[in-house]
Amino acid sequence: MVKVTIDNHTIEVEEGTTILQAARLIGGDIVPPAMCYHSKLKNSGGKCRTCMVKVSQGSAKDPRPIPKLVASCRTEVMDGMVVQNITSPEVVEARKAVVEFLLINHPLDCPVCDQAGECDLQNLSYEHGSNTSRFEEEKRTYETINIGNLIQFHPNRCILCYRCVYAAEQLTDKRVHGVLYRGEKSEISTFIQQAIENDFSGNMIDVCPVGALTDKPFRFKNRVWFLKPMEAHRTCSKCSGKVTIWLRGQEVYRVTGRKNKYGEVEDFICNECRFEKMNSTDWIIEGPRTIETSSVINQNYYAKKINPHVINSLKEKME
Amino acid sequence: MERKIILENNDIEGIRFLDVYRQNGGYQSVEKALKTMTPDEVVSEVKTSGLRGRGGAGFPTGLKWSFIDKKSNNPRYLVCNADESEPGTFKDRYLMERIPHRLLEGMICSSYALGANTAYIYVRGEYKYIVGILNEAIKECYKNGLLGKNILGSHYDLDIYVHCGAGAYICGEETALLESLEGKRGNPRLKPPFPAVKGLYDCPTVVNNVETLANIGWIVNHGGESFASIGIGKSTGTKLISACGHINKPGVYEIELGFPVEEFIYSEAYCGGIKNGKELKAVIPGGSSVPILPKELILNTLKGEKRLLSYESLADGGFESGSMLGSGGFIVYDEDDCIVRNTYNFSRFYHHESCGQCSPCREGTSWMDSVLYRIENGNGRMKDIDLLVNIASHIEGNTICPLGDASAWPVAAAIRHFRNEFEFHVEHPDIVRNSKHGSILQYTNK
Repeated sequence: MVKVTIDNHTIEVEEGTTILQAARLIGGDIVPPAMCYHSKLKNSGGKCRTCMVKVSQGSAKDPRPIPKLVASCRTEVMDGMVVQNITSPEVVEARKAVVEFLLINHPLDCPVCDQAGECDLQNLSYEHGSNTSRFEEEKRTYETINIGNLIQFHPNRCILCYRCVYAAEQLTDKRVHGVLYRGEKSEISTFIQQAIENDFSGNMIDVCPVGALTDKPFRFKNRVWFLKPMEAHRTCSKCSGKVTIWLRGQEVYRVTGRKNKYGEVEDFICNECRFEKMNSTDWIIEGPRTIETSSVINQNYYAKKINPHVINSLKEKME
Repeated sequence: MERKIILENNDIEGIRFLDVYRQNGGYQSVEKALKTMTPDEVVSEVKTSGLRGRGGAGFPTGLKWSFIDKKSNNPRYLVCNADESEPGTFKDRYLMERIPHRLLEGMICSSYALGANTAYIYVRGEYKYIVGILNEAIKECYKNGLLGKNILGSHYDLDIYVHCGAGAYICGEETALLESLEGKRGNPRLKPPFPAVKGLYDCPTVVNNVETLANIGWIVNHGGESFASIGIGKSTGTKLISACGHINKPGVYEIELGFPVEEFIYSEAYCGGIKNGKELKAVIPGGSSVPILPKELILNTLKGEKRLLSYESLADGGFESGSMLGSGGFIVYDEDDCIVRNTYNFSRFYHHESCGQCSPCREGTSWMDSVLYRIENGNGRMKDIDLLVNIASHIEGNTICPLGDASAWPVAAAIRHFRNEFEFHVEHPDIVRNSKHGSILQYTNK
């Protein structure tokens, strides 16, 4: 066991735990946000840079600080490590910068995006973003791509977190979902539009932190905050069968995996459960799902935090 | 004092070939190391020599070697980084073209020191013809028992393979290079683990620059201490400087570290002064990634000392008034050069070469590129200049690999030292739009 202090909270964790996981064990405001890290996907993380923290003491043995900010999702804790997250102005500034970078080419089409309401980027920019944009150039745009007949890909919204690439690599048997080109032009590709026919391909939708990969049958059917998430299960030969079904009245609008409060799927589910069992009679309903995350599905979350300065800064801009 | 280590015997005809190279004292270090020294002795000689990585970062080579994971049962690898893609740097190309055996000699000694039985040379895609030169040299070595099984009867085996990249700047970053060598997309890895623990195929690996490895033979022959006596302070040995830009004699020069910058630019033996008798305006002393310095600061430090070509002297004053030795790509600008245009050009390069893995670099490089494009074409605004400084500071230090820093430094430095030129571009869009070249006399004649 090693001892780590994050924002003045000390916790003992097992060796090999990352700073992010340790922070999640403590919980609360000090948990760094993460867009690309997904605990169920090997090698994910380190790319989006939103989870960066400052290590002000490397370890008890070597108390020197790490000169640069580190990605907490991929940095393992050392005994006696002291980490600063929200208590470091440097981290707050860097996080704000990363959010700005993620948003400059994001279309901000939340009003027509199916992900709105359960979007990690939306939450992230609400908490750390700025209310005006300094980006005046043209945003990069792509055509929408159909990945098979069940998933639709909107490259414009993609933040290149690589989660879906790892999901395709680790859950399905064929690696058909790589990244093409480089730099700003890089895009997620299915290698010449080859449809993914694997039984677990639907999980790509669940791991996507933004609205880039969306459930095609559910497209434009409903806003997530009008639906009622219920935990349900069925006996399935391919997966655990433990899902969340999203109901309006008695009608099942969509089926997803169960996501924890950090937006990570607990069990990956098969395409049969996700796309074919669309009757509430197919499912044994356990009860309503508690949405713990900072989500509008949980109602009134944003209302609590409305910041009156928004109006002032708008006024400034108009002047 | 002219001191040659790497380019020694450079002007002898046929030095490219093994027989000529050996007649002139080549491969003595291999015999010495393999027959009379233990691997640890070689490592400690390199440590004593104070040799620092010549690829840009200047990390002590001996220290890097000592990090290699000795407990691991996996094979160890030595990888030579010949993916020299930094704009302004062409020293490794020259060395490999002229004296490929210098590199191979160093690699054999280094592999022996590290206990590696396989070594790779990763050559950048644009240097495809050098693959042929290297392969020819390697073939000669195999024929003469310098490579392969039981080298010179010492029971030490080594194979060297040459791998050609596809032409990506990012593959010069050591972990991206390893990814590419493994046949994957050249995305840098997250560190730690460092390559010395988990490198090529998850085995302990050391990645060294061509010029670094080319020094090893000399160090083994003459000892670490005599190497340490060359140079100045912690900058030991010599350095290849690839001088280019508006000078009379561009080319690759070997200098002893600590050579004065002013003499290097104006002396007939080296750059030979500024072309067409013009005035010196600015210098980028270590390849496009390092901060540009105006004439006053490149010739003398802020303290009034003479600026020397060494790791410490060039870094004197930090980034406020200093720069870095970097990889030795010495780019000289004369009075007519437009710094804005030059900065835009570099920015475009980094935008094109970013791997796109982490968000600050992917989005930031393209943003800086487009803002600079606007300013360069007379569509800029005053606030864009501060915006650029701000973007650069947001990229710097927040990325996975140093490419982010490399893209931010030149922009920040250009604005720091030549802000008036950026302002001129904003204030006089008509002049900027109508001038075909970078030269805008209005502000250079000030």
